[in-house]
Amino acid sequence: MTVLTRARPTGTAHRPGGPGLAARRRRRTTVVAYAFALPFLLSFAIFMVFPLLSSFVMSFTDFRSTDIPNPLAVGFVGVEQFTALFQNPQFVRALLNTVYFVVVGIPLTMICGLALAIALNNGITRFRTAFRVGFYAPVVTSIVAVAVVWRFILQPDGLLNVVLGWVGIQGPDWLNDPRWAMPAMILLAVWRNMGTLMIIFLAGLQSVPTDVLEAAQVDGAGAWKRFTRITLPLLRPTMLLGGVLLSVGFLQFFEEPFVMTKGGPLDSTLSISYFTYNQFGFGNYGTASAASYVLFVAIALLSLVQFRTFRQKG
Amino acid sequence: MTVTDAPTTPTSPSRPASPSPAPRRTRRPRRGLGARAVVYVLLTGAVVVTLVPFVWMYLGSVKTQQELLRRPPTWWPETFTWENFTAWFGRLDIATYFVNSVVVALFTVLGTLLFCSMVGYALAKLEFAGKRIVFALVLVTLMVPGVVTFVPLFVVVSKLGLVSTYAALILPFLAGPLGVFLMRQFIQEIPDALLEAARIDGASEVRIFAGIIMPLCGPALATLAILTFLGSWNNFLWPLVVAQSEDMYTLPVALSLYSVGQNSTSYGVLLAGSVLVITPVLLLFVALQRYFTQGIAVTGIK
Repeated sequence: MTVLTRARPTGTAHRPGGPGLAARRRRRTTVVAYAFALPFLLSFAIFMVFPLLSSFVMSFTDFRSTDIPNPLAVGFVGVEQFTALFQNPQFVRALLNTVYFVVVGIPLTMICGLALAIALNNGITRFRTAFRVGFYAPVVTSIVAVAVVWRFILQPDGLLNVVLGWVGIQGPDWLNDPRWAMPAMILLAVWRNMGTLMIIFLAGLQSVPTDVLEAAQVDGAGAWKRFTRITLPLLRPTMLLGGVLLSVGFLQFFEEPFVMTKGGPLDSTLSISYFTYNQFGFGNYGTASAASYVLFVAIALLSLVQFRTFRQKG
Repeated sequence: MTVTDAPTTPTSPSRPASPSPAPRRTRRPRRGLGARAVVYVLLTGAVVVTLVPFVWMYLGSVKTQQELLRRPPTWWPETFTWENFTAWFGRLDIATYFVNSVVVALFTVLGTLLFCSMVGYALAKLEFAGKRIVFALVLVTLMVPGVVTFVPLFVVVSKLGLVSTYAALILPFLAGPLGVFLMRQFIQEIPDALLEAARIDGASEVRIFAGIIMPLCGPALATLAILTFLGSWNNFLWPLVVAQSEDMYTLPVALSLYSVGQNSTSYGVLLAGSVLVITPVLLLFVALQRYFTQGIAVTGIK
């Protein structure tokens, strides 16, 4: 098949009048192709590429909301925005909060998603769809709406603490305690995102060949050994995918603190996105751009780290 | 990858068994009845815990404010009331927010389907200069978070005079790299022979696209439509930034601003608001659940 397609251009070129015809045809295809791509390319250029580049440029300027009428007249300040950011205790706090949220939240979500997927894949034969629908339902809902509900559940004498009281635990005032506000956000995030990971892991588990597992069993490998030595290594690409998907979402968490804590108490749930949004609100567009680029770099770095960790060896 | 392996290394004897999908269907080693019962109990417990917040929301939305303030909280509503919902339909202009959310989601979905399948076709089946660059750009921007672009995007939108318009809420989302990626991957699987035959019969590219490609793209379009709808319906940061007049609020924006204002303790009204935001999506999800989860799997695996 490849031989055929490769031969064709030379074939037409040798025909009389061929080169001109082929070139004209190619030019025509290019025009048609660009006509098809044009609507996308236009909006992609205006609403994605241009903002992405100008966000980068803006982070090296002192752009303020008052500069909108005349954007080209802003002053360049070099890396001043970035040095100021890292000297700003509030930004450093936001950065650490975001790292906390990601480092604790993503592994927890992955473990929950994996546990659900394994239970659904191996343990049971009936009601699989019902379970899947149940666990996936939080994923489709608006974070704002569920955050409103959770704010209510997490009150000092709310539903969660009543349930904890049944087993003798005196629950904290989740959202007003600087130590517990972030764990509460993580709880909400795990609850909302484990369904996605469950689906991804279910798809991944389907690709683990049963005959290999059976052979291992015949050779005397126990369930745990089969899991850690065969299933987990084969799930590496799936974990990479799930990890990257989650980190893009987790790194930019914003709605949860916006609705539940306004970033407090004492900035303990202020995220980089929230910080960026606040700077935007103050009119400090340059600062906001610099902060958002720090986030962008963090996403790229985290993806790279995951890529290295979960990359298939050999 | 197997294509390159196959002709050069026909030696490995254990290979031939694996490509056939049949072994996958074989039964897993049977577990004891007890072990399976434990899994069922654990899963049922987990799913109940997962769904409790929703049940709590629905029950709370029809309780009175006094009952919602009572400690310890009641589970089943003692006095049933619609007043939380009537607040949204009277005092608060939910109809406007609802219409805004629907209009924005609808046009975002339609525009995305059209734009992404068009460019997907060009990237998958047409040769043109700059094709690799366009596709590389799409891949690079696949992971760009909205928070990175919203500041200059706001500058662009205000320069165009579009702040607080439907255009501002819709247009930036028509260029979703994920949709392009999805459509390109799907269209690539359509056999070239089909297109060549049509071309020989003199069909124009537009005809091929509309008459052959689009009808074959049903599953991909369904997936993309659902992903885009969800993204749009639940979208928050950008509408919060760009919908600056109340008549342009979408549902999540209206709910969030109501929840952080002086009404932050009107629990009943807030829960009713969450019900109104969540219920349409939940219904859609239960009706089309297969497509929802398929979407994740498709975007994931490809």
